[in-house]
Amino acid sequence: MNDSVREAWGLLPDYLGQHVILSVSALLLGVAVSLPLGIAASRSRRFGTPLLAAVSVVQTIPGLALLALFYPLLLALSVLTQDLFGFSIRALGFLPALLALTLYAMLPILRNVVTALAGLDPAILMAAKGVGMTPRQSLFKVELPLAAPLVLAGIRTATVWVVGITTLSTPIGQTSLGNYIFTGLQIENWVFVLFGCVAAAALALVLDLLLAVAGSGLAMRSRGRLIAAGLGLVAVIAAALAPELAHPRPAHQGIVIGAKNFGEQYILSQLMASRLRQAGFSVSEKSDLGSTIAFRALTAGDIDAYVDYSGTLWGNILHRTDMPGRQAMLDQLAAALKKDHGIVSLGSLGFENAYIFAMRRDRAEALHIKSLADLAAHPDLRIGGDFEIFSRPEWRAVAAAYGLGAMKRRQYQPDFLYRAVMSGDADVVSAFSSDGRIARYGLVILEDPKAALPPYDAMLLVGPAHAQDAKFIAALKPLIGSISLTLMQQANLRVDRDQDKQTPAATAAWMDQRLPH
Amino acid sequence: MIEILQLSKAYAGSGTQAVSDFNLSVPEGEFLVLIGPSGSGKTTTLNMVNRLVEPDGGEIRIQGRNVLDSDPVMLRRNIGYVFQEAGLFPHMTVAENIAVTPNLLGWDQARIRTRVHQLLDMVQLEEAAFANRLPVELSGGQRQRVALARALAARPPVLLLDEPFGALDPVTREAVAADVRRIHQRLGLTTLMVTHDMTEALLMADRIAVMRDGRLIQVGTPHELAASPADDFVTQLIENPRRRAHALAEMLNA
Ligand SMILES: Nc1ncnc2c1ncn2[C@@H]1O[C@H](COP(=O)(O)OP(=O)(O)O)[C@@H](O)[C@H]1O
Ligand SMILES: [Mg+2]
Repeated sequence: MNDSVREAWGLLPDYLGQHVILSVSALLLGVAVSLPLGIAASRSRRFGTPLLAAVSVVQTIPGLALLALFYPLLLALSVLTQDLFGFSIRALGFLPALLALTLYAMLPILRNVVTALAGLDPAILMAAKGVGMTPRQSLFKVELPLAAPLVLAGIRTATVWVVGITTLSTPIGQTSLGNYIFTGLQIENWVFVLFGCVAAAALALVLDLLLAVAGSGLAMRSRGRLIAAGLGLVAVIAAALAPELAHPRPAHQGIVIGAKNFGEQYILSQLMASRLRQAGFSVSEKSDLGSTIAFRALTAGDIDAYVDYSGTLWGNILHRTDMPGRQAMLDQLAAALKKDHGIVSLGSLGFENAYIFAMRRDRAEALHIKSLADLAAHPDLRIGGDFEIFSRPEWRAVAAAYGLGAMKRRQYQPDFLYRAVMSGDADVVSAFSSDGRIARYGLVILEDPKAALPPYDAMLLVGPAHAQDAKFIAALKPLIGSISLTLMQQANLRVDRDQDKQTPAATAAWMDQRLPH
Repeated sequence: MIEILQLSKAYAGSGTQAVSDFNLSVPEGEFLVLIGPSGSGKTTTLNMVNRLVEPDGGEIRIQGRNVLDSDPVMLRRNIGYVFQEAGLFPHMTVAENIAVTPNLLGWDQARIRTRVHQLLDMVQLEEAAFANRLPVELSGGQRQRVALARALAARPPVLLLDEPFGALDPVTREAVAADVRRIHQRLGLTTLMVTHDMTEALLMADRIAVMRDGRLIQVGTPHELAASPADDFVTQLIENPRRRAHALAEMLNA
C-alpha cells in the first residue's frame, strides 16, 4: 500500500506533465480551428449545417475507438509521406492523441460560437453597420466580444471533456494520467486507479475554475480577474512543464522498451530496462500499448524492444493458421521477422504464456470434464473470455476441433475472469498459462488432446535500430532461456494478488536477482 | 442639401412596394420630419440615405453627390444615425460608444477624449458620472442622449433619427426632443427624423413630409399642412392632436 502510494507520487510529475501538455495543446488547437470554422458556419447555412452534423457524429464515437483509429490512419499517412517526401511522421503517441482530442474539443466550442453569433440582437448588428464598421470591424469589435461569454462556456465544457478523455491516450503510446488507470486496472492496484482518476478530475476542476474566473473577468470588465486567470493558467502549464524542462528527455539517443497492457509485460519491460541501464544505456518505457500497436511501434522505431508471443505473431503478423510445431514455429518466425521487418528475435525467454481454458476444480469434477473434448457434451455451459479471444483464430480452431461453437459466451476485463469463474458467473474461462492465479485459485486446465491451441513462447524482439548493436544484445541475451514457467507465474502473482501486492518495478528487481547476468 | 429623386424599393420576396416614386428636396440646415403610419416606408426611406438599404431605383444626392457613387462604409461614417431603441453597443462604456466612429476614422486618442468630453457636455450628461457606465446602467432618456452623442461624434453634416423617442416617457421625451432641436440648430445640421407622432412633428419640424403606403402624400411647413391638407388622410393627421388637446382641455375644465 505504502509502496504503491510512493510509486504513484514518483510518477506524478511525468504523467501529469504529459497529460497537461497534451490536453492544453488539443484545447488550443481546438479553439484555433473552431473559432474560424464557427464564424464561417454562422455566415453560411450550407456550410454550417453539415459541419455541425459531422462534428456531432465524431462526438458519438467512443473515445478509446477514436484515439485508436488515428493510429492506423497516421501509419498509412506515414507510409505515404515516406514514399512521396522521404520522411515519415510519428504514428504513435502524441500526434494521434492530439488529433483525436482536438476533434473532441471542437463540438462544444463550435456549437457555442454558432449559437452565440446567431443569437446576437439584429438591432446591434444594424447599429454596427450604421456607425460605419466594415463587416470585419463589426465581427471583431462587436460580434465576437458579445459572443465571448458563450464561447468561453463552450471552451470550459471542452476543457473538462478533453482532460478526461486524455486518460484514454495511454493505449496508443502517449503517457498521461491514464497510465495510472490502465496499469492499475491490469494489476488490480486500486491505489493507482484512484490516483489517476483523482488527479485527472482535480486538473479538470482547476482549469475549469481558472476559465470561470476569466469568464467573470470578461463579464465584469475586470482586468484584475483576467490577469489572475491568465497567470493561473500560465502557472499550471509551467508547473506541468517544469520537470520536462529541467530534465529534457533525450529525444533520440534513449532506448524505449515497450510493454503491452498487462502485468507480465510491465514486469518484463522493467526487467529489460534495468538490464540495459546496468549496461549503461539510458532507457525509458512505453507501456499499455495495444497488442498489434506494440509490433507496429517496433517496426516504426517508436520502441526498441519488447516481448511478444510466438502464437500471436504467427497469426497476426504472418497470417498463418497451420501448426508446424513449437520449435519450427520459432525458427520460421525469426526468419520471417528478420526478412520482412528487420526485426531480430533473440529467442524464447523459456516460458509460454499460452491461451488455455480453465474451470473450477469442484465443477469440473462434478461434470467429469478433463479436456476440451469433454465440453461438447455440455452445450449449456457458459464460457467467459477476454475482449479478444472469441474473435481470434485460436478460439475458431478450438471451437471447430471440439464442436464448441454453440456455447454461450461472455466477455470480461481479463482480471475479472477469475472472479467470474470462482463465483460461477462463467463455467469455463480463457486464461493465460503463466498467470500465477491459476494455481492460486486451484483451477484445472482443460487438456487439448488435438493440439488445437498454438504454442505461445515469450520471444524477446529487438527493433531494426539495434539489430546489430552488440552491447545492446549482450545486455539482454542472458535473459534468453532462463525464465521458467514457475518463476514467471510467481512473479505475476506478486503483482496480481490482493494481499501484499508488489509493483511491477519491485517484482522485476526480485526477478533480476534470480536470473543469470 | 439632400435631394431624393424617383426613389423606389421593394424588399425581395415581400411582394409589396415599400417605397415608390419618392421625390423630396431638403435644404441645408432644415429639420425635416417624416411622418406616416406604421409600415408606410419611413424607416426604409431613411435607411436608403446612408445605404443600410440599397434602393431599387432613383437617386439620393447629398451636397450634389450621388450616395450610390460613394463607398457605403465611408458614407455611413459621415452621416449621424440615431436608431430606434438607441442601438448602443452593450459591451462598451458610454465613452467607448461615443468614440466608435472617431476611432474608425483613426483620430488620435487625445482628440477623441476632448471630443467625448464636448459631446457629453452637449447632451447634458455629467462626464464623471457617466463616461464609464455601461448602457444597461442608463435610463432610457440617458441612453438616447448617448446615442445622439455617438451619432454626432465625427461631426457629420447630416443627422438621421428613426423614432428616437418611441420608448421614452412623455416628460423625458419632451426634454430630449428639445435638446435634439437645440443641437440641430447650434451645429447647423441637416436633419431627417422619422416619427409617427404628429404632435412631436408639429413641435420640432421646419417642414413635415407625410407618407402612406410607400408614397409621399404632401410636404410642407406645419402651417401649410394645417391650412391646406392634400387629402382627408392629412386632414385627419393634423386634426388629431388638435382634437385631443381640445378634449383634454374640456375634461380638465369640467
Ligand atoms: N427587411 C425587410 N424585409 C422585408 N420587408 C420589409 C423589411 N423592412 C421593412 N419591410 C416592409 O416594408 C414596408 C415598409 O416598412 P418600414 O420602412 O419599416 O415602415 P415604417 O418605418 O414606416 O414603419 C413594410 O410593409 C414592411 O413590412
Ligand atoms: Mg420604422
